[in-house]
Amino acid sequence: MYSEKVMDHFNNPRNVGALEDANGIGHVGNSTCGDIMKIYVKIEDDIIKDISFKTFGCGAAVATSSMATEMVKGKTVREALKLSNKAVAEALDGLPPAKMHCSVLAEEGIKAAIEDYFKRQGIDPAAVLKE
Amino acid sequence: MTRIVYADNAATTSLSRHALEEMMPYLTKEYGNPSTVYSLGRSAKKAMENARAKIASALGCRPDEIFITSGGTEADNWAIRSAAIMKKDKGKHIISTVLEHHAVLHTLKSLEKAGYEVTYLGVDSAGNISLDELKNTIRQDTILITVIAASNEIGTIMPIAEIGALAREKGILFHTDAVQAVGHIPVNTEEMKIDLLSLSAHKFKGPKGIGALYIKKGLRLPSNMYGGAQERGLRSGTENVAGIVGMAAALEEAVSNMDNNIKKISAMRDRLIDGLLKIPYTRLTGDPVNRLPGSASFVFECIEGESMVLLLDQAGICASSGSACSSGSLDPSHVLLAIGLPHEVAHGSLRLSLNEDNTEEDVDYILEKLPPIISRLRDMSPLWEEKISGKPIK
Repeated sequence: MYSEKVMDHFNNPRNVGALEDANGIGHVGNSTCGDIMKIYVKIEDDIIKDISFKTFGCGAAVATSSMATEMVKGKTVREALKLSNKAVAEALDGLPPAKMHCSVLAEEGIKAAIEDYFKRQGIDPAAVLKE
Repeated sequence: MTRIVYADNAATTSLSRHALEEMMPYLTKEYGNPSTVYSLGRSAKKAMENARAKIASALGCRPDEIFITSGGTEADNWAIRSAAIMKKDKGKHIISTVLEHHAVLHTLKSLEKAGYEVTYLGVDSAGNISLDELKNTIRQDTILITVIAASNEIGTIMPIAEIGALAREKGILFHTDAVQAVGHIPVNTEEMKIDLLSLSAHKFKGPKGIGALYIKKGLRLPSNMYGGAQERGLRSGTENVAGIVGMAAALEEAVSNMDNNIKKISAMRDRLIDGLLKIPYTRLTGDPVNRLPGSASFVFECIEGESMVLLLDQAGICASSGSACSSGSLDPSHVLLAIGLPHEVAHGSLRLSLNEDNTEEDVDYILEKLPPIISRLRDMSPLWEEKISGKPIK
């Protein structure tokens, strides 16, 4: 049911673990529905210098966290904010329909981490997101 | 080469060698239709009736009380729907439990839509029902009690004989979904006062796609399939002769080895349970004593079941989970919620089910491979971080 790419990212997750010097952290999901993602970002000069995740969830939740973090690493904040769940799913050679919500969570996780970074900088994230 | 440890025998089992050998002639040269009069057909018919007698003897009933089906699901659907239709003039109330398999649960839901009322008995944290509650639930218009003989998910064994006695005394039909019990623990339709019983061959090392419904003599259950009037007119369609022969051979073998198997398998199960309960924040699900010999089911806090199953697969271990992600819905298994587990804990369920094919080395292998998998998943779990730091993540 999972593509080889999903299995690869599940078995060898990239960017897994806490990021000690993170300057933005996003939490999405809840334990009732069964998936929780915590995304850590280290943003410098508008660039995502480093990123990592911790995930409680199924194979697709881990794989989408891994893929999404890989896709935005080294990108500008603006580029990272454009990451869509569809792009994450496509990069994994697709997800079973029942698992598409995991890719949504990954997209939301990245956005939440960046939002947290802006809040910590005293910038209204809503204004940035609108741009 | 990766070693394979198959620990999902509650899902299905390997085919018994003896059953396969018994089946082979009916998959090759003995291909006659049992309804025909020439010798090729007669020998198929004879093999089938011989098989029916073996199944009856394993259950303590008469051969003409055994009706072949395509498996447990068909037997459950047939028994429950037909009993409801047959007794509708007496009433429309049915009693069941929250532990039932979907084959029973979804059949009951369809009856609820058709105007029947179903009371689902709750269970305690070990998955046991209360017989007093059952007694108090029986009404004038109760027509059927349907209770799983042993839970497929948590292994708890239900008091089938006591329920049977109560139902018989009150004149209420009693059906049991005995798919996980038959061939594994003693089941006797006469002693347990069972009116209808579903069984499935592939759970006791028989072939897939074949099962049976025991219908107590004298119950005039409506037909399940119209056509050429096979199975005494109740379930038409040319018989799966090889399947029936294989089912009987496997059941005969399982019943004759039952005492030894129970001893051997439950000893392995207990070693597995003792070993895995050493992992912190781990609970056994189901009754610790009153459970199926092969069933070892757990919840590991702060991790998700499907991830566990996928990593176990990498290590060559086949197991199951009742987590939401494994069930294809957003909710974890109804059984795990029914025994009172919170959603987030129920997501971390794992079921290991052993049978006579397993060895002590299999248990050693699982005990070696599973703990690091749990540590690995906990290390990447934000819930675990919260649990061990005592700080909420948000």
